Formats: sequence, C-alpha cells, structure tokens
Amino acid sequence: MLRRFGQVATLLALLAVEIPVLVMSLLMLLLAFAVGMVFLFPPQVRLIRVVVNHHRRLVSAWTGLEIEQPYLPKPPPPVRQPDGLYRSDRTLYKTPRIPAWNDRWKWMLTDPATWRDGLWLLLEPLVKLVLVPAFLLRPAWGLRMYGLWCDLLLGATVASRLAGQVTHLTRVRNLAADTQAAEMRRIERDLHDGTQARLVAIGMTLGAAEQLMDEDPNAAKALLAKVREASSETLTELRTVIRGILPPVLAERGLADAVRALAIDSPLNVSVDVDLPKRPEPPVEAAAYFAVSELLANAARHGGAATAMIDISSEGPNLRISVTDDGMGGADPSKGSGLAGIERRLAAFDGVLALNSPPGGPTTVVMDMPSVLPVHWSDGLPKMPRWKVWTVVLLWGTAWCPLFPQGIVTAIFKIFSIPVKSWFLALYLPPFWQWPVIIGMIALGITMYVMAMRLPMRHNGPRWLMEATPRRPWCHK
Amino acid sequence: MSRVLIAEDLYLLRDGLVHLLQAHGFTVVAAVESGPELLKGLVELRPDVSVVDVRLPPTFTDEGLQASLAARKQVPGLPILVLSQHVEQLYARELLADGSGGIGYLLKDRVFNAEQFVDAVRRVAAGGTAMDPEVIAKLLASNARNEPLAALTPREREVLEAMAEGRSNAAISQRLYLSESAVAKHTANIFGKLGLAPSDDDNRRVLAVLTYLNKR
Repeated sequence: MLRRFGQVATLLALLAVEIPVLVMSLLMLLLAFAVGMVFLFPPQVRLIRVVVNHHRRLVSAWTGLEIEQPYLPKPPPPVRQPDGLYRSDRTLYKTPRIPAWNDRWKWMLTDPATWRDGLWLLLEPLVKLVLVPAFLLRPAWGLRMYGLWCDLLLGATVASRLAGQVTHLTRVRNLAADTQAAEMRRIERDLHDGTQARLVAIGMTLGAAEQLMDEDPNAAKALLAKVREASSETLTELRTVIRGILPPVLAERGLADAVRALAIDSPLNVSVDVDLPKRPEPPVEAAAYFAVSELLANAARHGGAATAMIDISSEGPNLRISVTDDGMGGADPSKGSGLAGIERRLAAFDGVLALNSPPGGPTTVVMDMPSVLPVHWSDGLPKMPRWKVWTVVLLWGTAWCPLFPQGIVTAIFKIFSIPVKSWFLALYLPPFWQWPVIIGMIALGITMYVMAMRLPMRHNGPRWLMEATPRRPWCHK
Repeated sequence: MSRVLIAEDLYLLRDGLVHLLQAHGFTVVAAVESGPELLKGLVELRPDVSVVDVRLPPTFTDEGLQASLAARKQVPGLPILVLSQHVEQLYARELLADGSGGIGYLLKDRVFNAEQFVDAVRRVAAGGTAMDPEVIAKLLASNARNEPLAALTPREREVLEAMAEGRSNAAISQRLYLSESAVAKHTANIFGKLGLAPSDDDNRRVLAVLTYLNKR
C-alpha cells in the first residue's frame, strides 16, 4: 500500500517535468511551423519521446501492463549512388547529411505515433488531475486506470506492428535472397571450373584415342585408361558439389539420420538425440543440417574438443537444436565467419542462435527456429470419447427428420390446408396443438444440427478457433 | 554358375550390368527396377548374389537399401552387393549390423573397372564382404583419435585398409606386392595391437575388423 502511494506520488511529481516539456514543445512546434525554423522539429520529437518512453517503462513496471513502442522503424541510411552522390527526392548531395536529415524528418512527421505522443502529453496533466481522488482512495485501481490511459495513446497499433513486421520481413527476404544468390554462384563456379573442364578434357582425350585407334592401338588403349580415370575423378568431384547443394542422406533419410551420419563421420565422439514426431520441411531440414555440420566442424577444428552432444527436439511447432562440445571454449562469433553464416541461414526462418562459450569450455550453441514444424490441428489433442463420436453421428443422421418432414413440410401442408395427413405427426393432433408441435419440431431439428456442429468444436476449443481463423500478424509477437 | 539379381532403375546401367555379369559367367535371373519388385525377387528367387542400387522408384530415396535390409532379415546372410552414387558410413553400419557377412557396399564408379567389380561380386556371393575404399577411408578418418590404430605402422595400416575392404590374404599380397607370409605376419601384428582374437577364416576376420572400427 505504502509502495503504491510512493508510486502515485512519483507520477504526480513527474508533472513538474511534463509541464515544462509541454510548454517547450509547443513553443518549438510553433517556431518550427509558424516561423519556419524546421530544424527544431526533430529535437522536439526526440524530447517528447524520452519523456514518453520513461512513462512506458514506469507503467510496465508498476502495473504489469506491457506497453509496446509503436514507432515506425527508422529509415535506413542514405545509399551512395554509383556516381558518389546521395539522392533525396530530385536533389543530389555530396554528403549523406542532408538526405539523412530529410529522411529522419519525414519519418518523424509521418509517424502517427508522433502525434499520439503529443496528444498524450497535452492531456496528461488533465488526466492526472481527474485521477487524483482515485490515486488517494484506491491507489492500485487508480494506477491501473492510468496504465489503461497510457496504453490507449502510447501502445502499439495494428498499423505500427504491421509496419514493423514488413520491415523485418523485407530484411529477412533480402538476406535469404542474398544467401541463395551466393550459393548459386558458388555452385556455378564449382561446376564450371571443375566438372565442365574435366568433361571437356575427357572429350578431347576420347577424340585423340579415336584417331590413334588404327595406327597405334596400344597408345589408344592407354588413352582410354586415362579417360576412365578422369571420369572417375569427375564423379568424385561431382559428389562433393552435390553434397554442398543437398547431402544425399538428408534427401533420403531426413534430418535425424543425416545428423547421425554426420556424427559417425566426425572425428569427435558425438552422441545424437533426436526427438521429432515428423520430418520438417526440406528447406528447414537443410538449414538445420548445415548449421549442425558447421558447428561440428568448428568444434573439431578450433575447439580442440573430444566429445560433442547434439540434441534436436521440438516444442509444438518450434524446432530447437543444441550442440555442446567439451572443447576449450572462447568462441567468438565476430571473429569467425562460420557462426555468422549459420545466423544468416537461420534468419530466413526467423531462427536465432545463442552461443555460450566461456574460456575453458564447454561451448554450447542453441538454435531456435520458431513455427517451422508442420503441426496438424489435431496434434496433441485428446481424442473425442467414443460416446461423443456416436452422439455426433446420431445427430447428423436424424436431425433432418424433425426439421424437414415433421417441421417445415408439415407447416406448408398446414398453411395451404392440404388435406393429406401422411405421416406428419402434428396434423393428427387437435388443431390447438398443431402449431406448437410444428414449431417445436423445427426448433428441435435446428438444435440437433447445432449440437452436432458444436460438440466437436467445443471439444477442440481454442485450437479449433485458431485453425479456423487466419493468423493475425499483430497477435504474433 | 551363380544366379544373380540386378536392381537398377536406369535402363542403360541395368543393361550394362546384365551384359557385364553374363560375360563373366553369371546367370541373370531377374533385372528389376523398383523397390517392391526387388524385395519380392530377393525373397522368392533367393539369388546367389544381388546387385542393388540404393536409390530406386517409387520414392527415389533409399528404397533399395531398405528392401535389402528387409530381405536379409527374412533370409539371413542373403548375399547382396549395394551400389550407390555416394557412400555413407551410416548405411555401411546398417548393412553390417547383423554381422552375417555376404554383404557389399560400393560406389557405382567401381563398375568402370570390370575385373575388380566382378571380383567383388564373387566375394560377396561366397559370403565375404566388399566395402568401398572410400567407406574405409572415412571409417579410419573418424577413428583418428583411436590410440591402438595410431600405433600401427604405415605398412600395417595399408594391410588393414585392404583387409577392411574385404580382401583375402592372397589378394592383399598381390595388391601390395608382398609375400603371403609377410601379409600373414602383418595381420597377426594388427590383431595383436587392436586386441582382437586371430582367426584363420578370411570372412570372419574382415567382420571382426569392421566391427572394431565401427564400435566407437
């Protein structure tokens, strides 16, 4: 309780900062737009953001209400053109300073969050004043109200989250495209310099052998033997190239056995523990395989390790791979390019790599790839009990009877006074009961259909709903 | 006259294998091109030896290997020579796991050298083993930190490699230009250093060495 009062007092005391900031911001804004001193605008925005961010942190700490920053991602730095100049709209500049300033200015001006921050600051003293009675009588409730108010204007919006996600996806896409292009170039070079050149040589030697065939059969034979050797070498080389594209074991057996094959081939003593209910998608498998392969090679090459442990497990749709070795540790991702390469590969799947390598070892690398495993909607759900299944079948099988013949069709017969009674139950009753029974039959039929649909739906509950609606990106942190 | 079954999905290679083996006195009882056909042929025809490609229809994964393993489970020791475009220690281990011999695992390139290839087929048919030199090289590489192995002399290591490939003393002596008695001496040394019980039977000796190398 006392703590709450302290927090309330701090909030109120912060007014002493907020009001001067508010006055100053208004002044700067006026100067910026009325007098034309536009250079005052960015510092003004930054000033407000400092105050506002401080409030976000306080509210999160005190009420547990997480308030996300809604700002649009910063503009990327200006790109130097081939002619060495920097471009902003239609003007070219020699230094990146002015284009960068222009970008920043546009970024701040067009971000709705800037104006929501301003509105918040403008109304803030008023809100605090209104909440004073609540602060004094029930501080916990007052703080909660205050938190909700902050969330209203300072929290993230659908647009801001989407914008953030678009930036992230663009970056990841570019990264993936770059990685892929580099791979393609490497493969092209391998084939061009190796296989292709060797095949040309083989063709030439065969031509020479053909010419020698009649004059000097022995020399031709020797050449043919050479060709056979060369073709064998070409195959060996081609195998290496193929291994670099997609290792055959991975294609034939999947991730688990491919990693086991790696473990057997490694000079280290490697134990492998794989717990995957299903095979991941091929691109995920490939990324995981190459990552493990690189890590094992690192452990053997630099770490001086003797044993290693690989653990591959799944948690729902998330894939987690950990590789531990007993080497001397002290691995630094900024030094070798191996770890950076793995990170780039994983980034295409939103995967992250955590490295723990104290000097003296052991080194542990944990890679997490979220939502990459196929999850069928019925996974991990208890099966429906048999009686429920039979009830559903019975409902689907019989609901037509009260709804159509005994309900709707009987109603039509009744309305048009058709003299046929057939097997329509209601028409055999005294006239007073006929309509209630017809309506009751229709209601019964509809209820049975609804039940038949609801039973399985309710059984699967949230999962059913999740699968029935597309994933909303702004719900996915 | 050995009865041989061939499983290979590429027509040209299948045809080539049929001709090659027929020219060397084998009788080809069946030449199949898919996994299910292969399993049926292996179990029903019980050929004296089979030459099987790892990758076969319908899945084009390791269909041939799986069929071979399944057939050897039903008919222990059924001689099978597995061919592949790439060799994996993992597959070699699976083939050797039942310890009954009559197994081969070679790269497809080895077909280029008809004599050696036919020799390997005969060896497998006789209940021996034929492991690709590349498998053995990888096996030794992954055993790099094995101390008894490191204690072998270069010559003994060469003999070990040849022996692990499945060759008999006579074949080793021919290949390394040694007398047979010298090879016998080297093998005795190797078995002593690795702590294995010596055996006169060629096939059992090879299996002992492969088991030792795979034990890690």
